[in-house]
Amino acid sequence: MAEFTLPKNSVLIEGKTFNAPAGATNIRRFEVYRWDPSSSENPRIDAFELDMDSCGPMVLDAILKIKNEVDSSLTFRRSCREGVCGSCAMTINGKNSLACTKAIDSYSGTIKIYPLPHMPVVKDLVADLTHFYAQYASIKPWIETQTPAPADSERLQSKKDREKLDGLYDCVLCACCSTSCPSYWWNSERYLGPAVLLQAYRWLVDSRDESTGERLDELEDPFKLYRCHTIMNCTDTCPKGLNPAKAIAETKKMLVQRKLG
Amino acid sequence: MDYRTPLSRVRGLGSAKSGTTHWWMQRITAVALIPLSFWLIYFLGLSLTVPYQQTVDWLTSPINSVCIVAWIIAVFYHAALGLQVVIEDYVAAEGPKIISIWAANLAFLFLAIAALLAVFRVVSIG
Repeated sequence: MAEFTLPKNSVLIEGKTFNAPAGATNIRRFEVYRWDPSSSENPRIDAFELDMDSCGPMVLDAILKIKNEVDSSLTFRRSCREGVCGSCAMTINGKNSLACTKAIDSYSGTIKIYPLPHMPVVKDLVADLTHFYAQYASIKPWIETQTPAPADSERLQSKKDREKLDGLYDCVLCACCSTSCPSYWWNSERYLGPAVLLQAYRWLVDSRDESTGERLDELEDPFKLYRCHTIMNCTDTCPKGLNPAKAIAETKKMLVQRKLG
Repeated sequence: MDYRTPLSRVRGLGSAKSGTTHWWMQRITAVALIPLSFWLIYFLGLSLTVPYQQTVDWLTSPINSVCIVAWIIAVFYHAALGLQVVIEDYVAAEGPKIISIWAANLAFLFLAIAALLAVFRVVSIG
């Protein structure tokens, strides 16, 4: 059955509280999910009170401040700090987003930070994305052609055809959308999820690709594609403002067109 | 120890190369049910307010007979398609999943047959 409750060893317990330094006046409280695979303890929620007068503006700045000044064992992924790499995807106050592009001021009160939902946790805020990346590899995210590339130029594409890739090539594969999707929670072994389906559509509409039919064959499956029930969590949560639900709907339209058009 | 690669696990048994018809028929029946359900509401209102024989006479007219048969086929087909998706969503174990899908489809099939027979009986005998 689909899992509606946490397994016993995943139930959260109360963690430590780190108070703000004496004299701090501008204090914000951050509650952060902690789990250490080397201990046999259940995951816990640690509370950190930070002095905002000496903290950068973004949620990622607060997390870095915790790691640098309060608890160096806090584990998370980050790289570009400007929403391009997709590493710092996590659940902030119940919504998946990139910690580096979310301003602390856009939230009021305590900020709760958890790893991406319904994924195996490696440590603290780091989710195991092995399966997600394998799903991405399975859709062959590269150009497939029979026609050899022109000897002295690139494969050309009209401006109009290039525009079809806008809103698709921008995806940074942060997995915010896929891990916000209930269908992906219940059936991620077989359902590809919104991120990978958006990437698949990116190759379906690329005018230079010559394998559209084979790509559609691969997607036409009750689970790989049709677990999408247009719940729209993906589009709602995408930190890049993209619309995976539309990409999936367009893919379904292509399949209907192929069958009946 | 499981030495299968993540990609092997993802690719699994491959694509079923089906699902479009299931999805498309669910949309077609949904659209058909919009006008048909308004018709049904009118029919139910009528059958609750006028005498039995008058309802039967009304139902016997060709357009109304077609509407009731179309509603029965569309609604049970739609329900079977939809419930199958719900079962596939929430029942992960293969055995219970197959049995539930069979049971749901057969239940709706028999309900549709029973409903159609009842209509034929009412329309032909009165």
